[in-house]
Amino acid sequence: MSESKSSIIELDGVERHFGAVRALDGIDFAIRAGECVGLVGHNGAGKSTLMHVLAGTGIADRGEIRIGGTTESAYSVQRAHALGIRCVFQELSLCPNLTVAENTRIGHAALKGWRWNRRAADLIMAQLDEIFPGHGVLAGDVVGDLSIARRQMVEVARAFTVTDEPLRLVILDEPTSALDAHTAGQLLSFVRRKVGQGTSCILISHLLGEILETADRIVVMRDGKAVASDAARSFDRDRLVATMGGARELAEALQGATDRPADAPLMVSVQSNGHGSGTQLIAREGEIIGLAGLAGHGQTRLLLDLFEAAQHHRSGRHGAGTVVSAPAALVAGDRQTDGIFPLWSIADNIGVGSLKALRRGWLISAERERALAASWQQRIGIRTPDLDNNILSLSGGNQQKALFARALGSDARIVLMDDPMRGVDVGTKLEIYALIRDEARRGRTFLWYTTETDELDNCDRVYVFRNGSIVAELARHELTEEKVIQSSFAESGM
Amino acid sequence: MNYARLLRHLLPALSMALILIAIAWLNPRAISYFGFTLMLNLAIPIALATLAQMFVITINELDLSIGTFVGFVGCVTATWLRDAPLLGIAVLLGSIAVYAGLGALIHLRNLPSIVVTLGMSFVWQGLAILLLPQPGGKAPDWLLAVMGYKPPFVPFPIVAAVLIAVLVHFGLMRSSYGVVLRGAGGNAQAIGRAGWSLLRTKVTMFALAGVFGVLSGLALIGNTTSADANIGNGYTLLSVAGVILGGGEFVGGRVSPIGAVIGALTLALAASPLLTFMRVPPDWDVGANGIILIVVLAARTLIGRKGA
Repeated sequence: MSESKSSIIELDGVERHFGAVRALDGIDFAIRAGECVGLVGHNGAGKSTLMHVLAGTGIADRGEIRIGGTTESAYSVQRAHALGIRCVFQELSLCPNLTVAENTRIGHAALKGWRWNRRAADLIMAQLDEIFPGHGVLAGDVVGDLSIARRQMVEVARAFTVTDEPLRLVILDEPTSALDAHTAGQLLSFVRRKVGQGTSCILISHLLGEILETADRIVVMRDGKAVASDAARSFDRDRLVATMGGARELAEALQGATDRPADAPLMVSVQSNGHGSGTQLIAREGEIIGLAGLAGHGQTRLLLDLFEAAQHHRSGRHGAGTVVSAPAALVAGDRQTDGIFPLWSIADNIGVGSLKALRRGWLISAERERALAASWQQRIGIRTPDLDNNILSLSGGNQQKALFARALGSDARIVLMDDPMRGVDVGTKLEIYALIRDEARRGRTFLWYTTETDELDNCDRVYVFRNGSIVAELARHELTEEKVIQSSFAESGM
Repeated sequence: MNYARLLRHLLPALSMALILIAIAWLNPRAISYFGFTLMLNLAIPIALATLAQMFVITINELDLSIGTFVGFVGCVTATWLRDAPLLGIAVLLGSIAVYAGLGALIHLRNLPSIVVTLGMSFVWQGLAILLLPQPGGKAPDWLLAVMGYKPPFVPFPIVAAVLIAVLVHFGLMRSSYGVVLRGAGGNAQAIGRAGWSLLRTKVTMFALAGVFGVLSGLALIGNTTSADANIGNGYTLLSVAGVILGGGEFVGGRVSPIGAVIGALTLALAASPLLTFMRVPPDWDVGANGIILIVVLAARTLIGRKGA
């Protein structure tokens, strides 16, 4: 792929290893001036590693980096900055204890001397105004006080500010993950304008629609290599997913869930206490039940109530109107705060859900724990050379897999899922969908809250929530996105 | 700036005001030029040691050796600096270099600063005992003159405290490199990714801690006129308390130089005079400081919770 001379940066056979994992396995990559490249691939395909190599924050173990035709021998962050290459990282890279203006200063060595603060403030505010009109951020705001969305706006805007160093390439890694549709649209149209003026841009996103609409060319990565590179208009959603390696599972996913006898044992029943029609939520053994509706309308609350009720079930008590007749496990949505134990190994993180079963005498059997973790690594495909590694050594999607392994490895008959697929790539999602259906066939019951309407296709039945109560029940064959949206909004229009 | 944050910023000043009111109520004559000079006599070395600690805390580290370091500097000041000034100056500069080296060591070998500085606290203590096995020595005359200076209207400790606080405030909170230093405490990775050297921030901060430790030792001997190898031992925890009382936090690069100086003054005020007036034996000093610390921190947490 080392084509024309107008490429501003070229990678030739770049490799990067983390222990036994080959994050980049001899990748070739190039980008021209005034081009927007969309980069897609599974979690763990090597997108973030590639981006770190380009930004100078990660060093290539092998291979060549050429910029403007000359080979860079000692490529570093400083060198990348001097050459006009900026990067907006997925995990936010602002200092929460500093103000917006001070964070701008961090990005620019030239902002010093008399009145640097004033100049930094003017610079960042002008950029914010240009990209996100009506952003509501002040230069003196302490970043730690801003919402996640505003922090992301500040970080993106900072990457586009210019002082004495040129601006030639901006790498955006999931830049819209915290933004709502409106601000995401503002950003993407700004990117198009900027690319039109000659700045290059690499856009990494799990939202394939964003990539297809914004990029000129799309590069698909798999297993540390670029497996496809073509004009964006030659791709559509299906071809992208197929190239990323999810085709096999996709067909299966759309096949839908298996039929269940209507007389399977009742696992969960909730009498809706809302003022609406008072629909009853029922989940039988082996069913996958979807919880839909707008975010924050009581779905998470219900899951937590059920989880609590399941624990009372163990101790023989019951809540009013709620019956849970088997142990339950919860897969948290916000894995960083509610899910993983960041200091523990992968095996420990999986085993903690089944401590009772792993016991020998008064102690935990290390062998049984390892055996449990190893069997789930097999079934669920966690990509790691060693289960004793720290959980944080996994990519985000693989961390989520470990959390699923924790829930499915336990003795729980009911699995409660609180929008667990946030920030998980398509390939991992499809693998997990298949796993869920498989487990359902074996008699487990799933209650699945999701904000992605596509995922409801996997469910046998869907309950739509509004203002904390169930307002509609949709069977699988009557499920459409319009119906869900209608039910979510119905009464507010009346 | 929201209401809760404003209150948090004012908390150090409020707690000092409360202590002053208590003193004024117990003994109105203490609120005078002479009274303040007497009460705040030891506040300047405490404030300087607190600022030294604050530099280290800014980058999420902790210095458990600052107390014995101040004692070591005191012993050097009362002996070599008077008898062989060149040697004394060389030793003091050398000790600052050691501090800077510790910063580099902690960063490069990724060592916990608590362990490294705990070890160093015994080194400094041992050196101090070698130098001055019995209490004694004498402060250089120029130092006595500086610390004995009596400016018109405002007592010297107050003038000095304001000067030091303003100087460090501008250096750390307003200068463009100060932003990088504080940023290294807030999100070191972000600073590294922006192309700054984290090694340099650590070395700078530990060197500054060394400089302020030396200043603290000088000020202390200027007050007490003679030294003792154990003279600074209490400063380690006092300096940590001062930083926290002044609104600083152990992690996250959230510190306030002005607050730290106020915190140090509060601790100095609360120590002997107040309790002596209340006829509490001086042995209870430390306990009083502890109670003030707990009360202020509890108030801060309460404010934080309401603001959240």
